[in-house]
Amino acid sequence: MNMEVTVNGQRKRFDIEPNTLLLNLLRDGLYLKGAKYGCGIGECGACTVHLDGEAVLSCMILAVEVDGRRVDTIEGLADGDELDPVQKAFIEEGAIQCGFCTPGFIMAAKALLNENPDPSEGEIREYLKGNMCRCTGYVNIVKAVQSASQKLRGG
Amino acid sequence: MEINRFNTHIIPIRFDYHAPKSLEEAVRLLGEYGEEAQILAGGTDLIPKIKQRILEPKHVINLKAIPELACIKETSEGVKIGALTKLRTVELSTLINEKLPVLGEAARAIGSVQVRNRGTIGGNLCNASPCADTATALMVLDAVARIDGAEGSREVPIGEFFDGRGQTIVAPNEMLHELTVPNLPEGTGSAFVKVGWTTFDIATVNVAVALRLDDGKVVDCRIALGACSPAPFRVRRAEEALKGKELTDESVKEAAKIVSEHIEPRERWRRAPPEYRRKTSKALALEALTRAAEEARRLAK
Repeated sequence: MNMEVTVNGQRKRFDIEPNTLLLNLLRDGLYLKGAKYGCGIGECGACTVHLDGEAVLSCMILAVEVDGRRVDTIEGLADGDELDPVQKAFIEEGAIQCGFCTPGFIMAAKALLNENPDPSEGEIREYLKGNMCRCTGYVNIVKAVQSASQKLRGG
Repeated sequence: MEINRFNTHIIPIRFDYHAPKSLEEAVRLLGEYGEEAQILAGGTDLIPKIKQRILEPKHVINLKAIPELACIKETSEGVKIGALTKLRTVELSTLINEKLPVLGEAARAIGSVQVRNRGTIGGNLCNASPCADTATALMVLDAVARIDGAEGSREVPIGEFFDGRGQTIVAPNEMLHELTVPNLPEGTGSAFVKVGWTTFDIATVNVAVALRLDDGKVVDCRIALGACSPAPFRVRRAEEALKGKELTDESVKEAAKIVSEHIEPRERWRRAPPEYRRKTSKALALEALTRAAEEARRLAK
């Protein structure tokens, strides 16, 4: 099936089978290896990307479903060599260890801050509860989101 | 579920994909392929099931391109919610949170933001899980499901929607179109309470309550329970036990006890033994009744 999707601002055309998953289109079709395959059943959040600005799980979406829509991945966040404030905050707060969950966490955190620029700790934990970190870095991840929120609000 | 017993990295089967743009086209496709087709709504239940070969459809019919299936509107009959309305939309809807807060609470209790950004209210019901959180809430709201098929539409009360054998009464050539939730009488207090392994897990027990007081006495009481029997159900005996009574510690405890006596949990279902569900259903019913009563009292003032 022919389809067209805007990924990180660039229009891409594909001829794909209906059973292709969005995650595999991004990773294998576009070599965007940021979004990760974790559990495959919606429990870990490692494959989180934005679909028309909303955080979604790309391992549970058929690629044909995003025909004509906008997908944003972690690769699209940085402006050249300048990292996004959320990416910077994750590094500064030590919210990254092995890095496997990080793209999913950052994309979920971006969606949160777009909706709610000044979330409380409870709101951050609630919003990110679908993302798992097995290096047990949740405390630093929450700190990173708080610090990014402050920076984005100009503090 | 045994995680990764199958390769969930890919979809291991091939199917034809259809994205009808109108209800007529959707119904026609269902009439043609019904038995061999699966409806794709949010996909958060369907895609994992296909990955694990629990379902192996030859045709997948995506209903997301039909705009009238995804809206919430207020009518004289009550609030109408299209089957393809996303759970996140239900959760954030001002209309739902004002008129039907118990449904907003139930939607919010499902999965993660990422899941609710895709998952739909119709999918939550049609997946036919006894744990469906919105089903329990819709039961105390006396919702009515409108089902479309080649032979026309039919309306089914939500209490008759599940057949008790892990399926719904929606035939293979039919589809859920919308839910009508009648307006609650003024002064109705409600609550939804759930526990799972983690806060974003599927419910081990969930309870919804809606009740109304007149002069301190219960005039209307609805209690529904999910994840404790083959299908979510209303606990009529507990409802009857409270009618006409004042809500005291004693009467609420007695009703919660009746709730726990009426569940029919399967052995080691989602790894919680029946005894756990019995105790938990009692505790959650107590909490839901108490919270609903507090709200009803507050509204009566």
